[in-house]
Amino acid sequence: MLILECPYCGVKGEETEFHGGGEAHLKRFGPGSDDDQFHDYLFSRVNPKGVHLERWRHVNGCGKWFHAARDTMTLEVFGTYSAQVFEPPQDIKDKISAKRPGWQWREFS
Amino acid sequence: MSNAVSALSGAEFQGIAHVKEQGLIGMITLRGDFASDAFKAAAEAVSGCALPEVRKITVADNGNRLAWMSPDEMLLVCDHGAAPQAVADLTERLGGEHSMVVNVSDARAVFRIEGEKCREVVAKVAPVDMADFGVDDFRRTRFAQVPAAFWMSGAESVDVVCFRSVAQYMFDLLSVAAQEGSEVGVY
Repeated sequence: MLILECPYCGVKGEETEFHGGGEAHLKRFGPGSDDDQFHDYLFSRVNPKGVHLERWRHVNGCGKWFHAARDTMTLEVFGTYSAQVFEPPQDIKDKISAKRPGWQWREFS
Repeated sequence: MSNAVSALSGAEFQGIAHVKEQGLIGMITLRGDFASDAFKAAAEAVSGCALPEVRKITVADNGNRLAWMSPDEMLLVCDHGAAPQAVADLTERLGGEHSMVVNVSDARAVFRIEGEKCREVVAKVAPVDMADFGVDDFRRTRFAQVPAAFWMSGAESVDVVCFRSVAQYMFDLLSVAAQEGSEVGVY
């Protein structure tokens, strides 16, 4: 079972209280971008075995979106953090590094 | 004007705990910036309650309750008849402050689960650890398949709020969870 902690209300809940929102830290390519960039923005997603950064919503609780860093294979959650950031904060990166040395996810490591 | 009628007109069930629909209760959704002094002052003055901490609920002398719903939302629980006036007062006091005040009384249903086994009834249907849930705690979660919020209105009594459209589902659910002889004996 996946157990997440909402960074806004501090509830430690199991998966059914939340709703997954797909890959985190997408950069939007809209008007002015070329077709390949727009295509990747719309359709291209990573599907890693191991460290993954995702968006989640506390749908049956405070209703807020947040980010989660977890392992897709073991369901271990390294940490959850605010939605108002463009990249994972250093303490989350450190937590992942402590358990999965040398991890890489998109441009983050 | 037409008479206001609650969702299940006070339906009751007696099992290992007593489940009762609470009838008409005033509820006001209050959204804004909790850090703003104007917002705090208006919320405290109209509700009579202290501002609740994260996932807490506070009570005023007149029975009003103010609950923490999310980082920018509070729920004011008051008398059904007093709600429209409270909305008017809040709106006036908040003035140009970035905020939202809505009377949602008739969009909701409220149930009370009373008895020694009330924690057990909740624990069966909601993913919440009831062992350390106290009288000043407030929690938004799901009850089986529907969203709900609850708090403890006494040492052995839990108040559950859900959408009016799922009131019958909630009553049936709580009634099954409170069936005679169904206690698990955890709490």
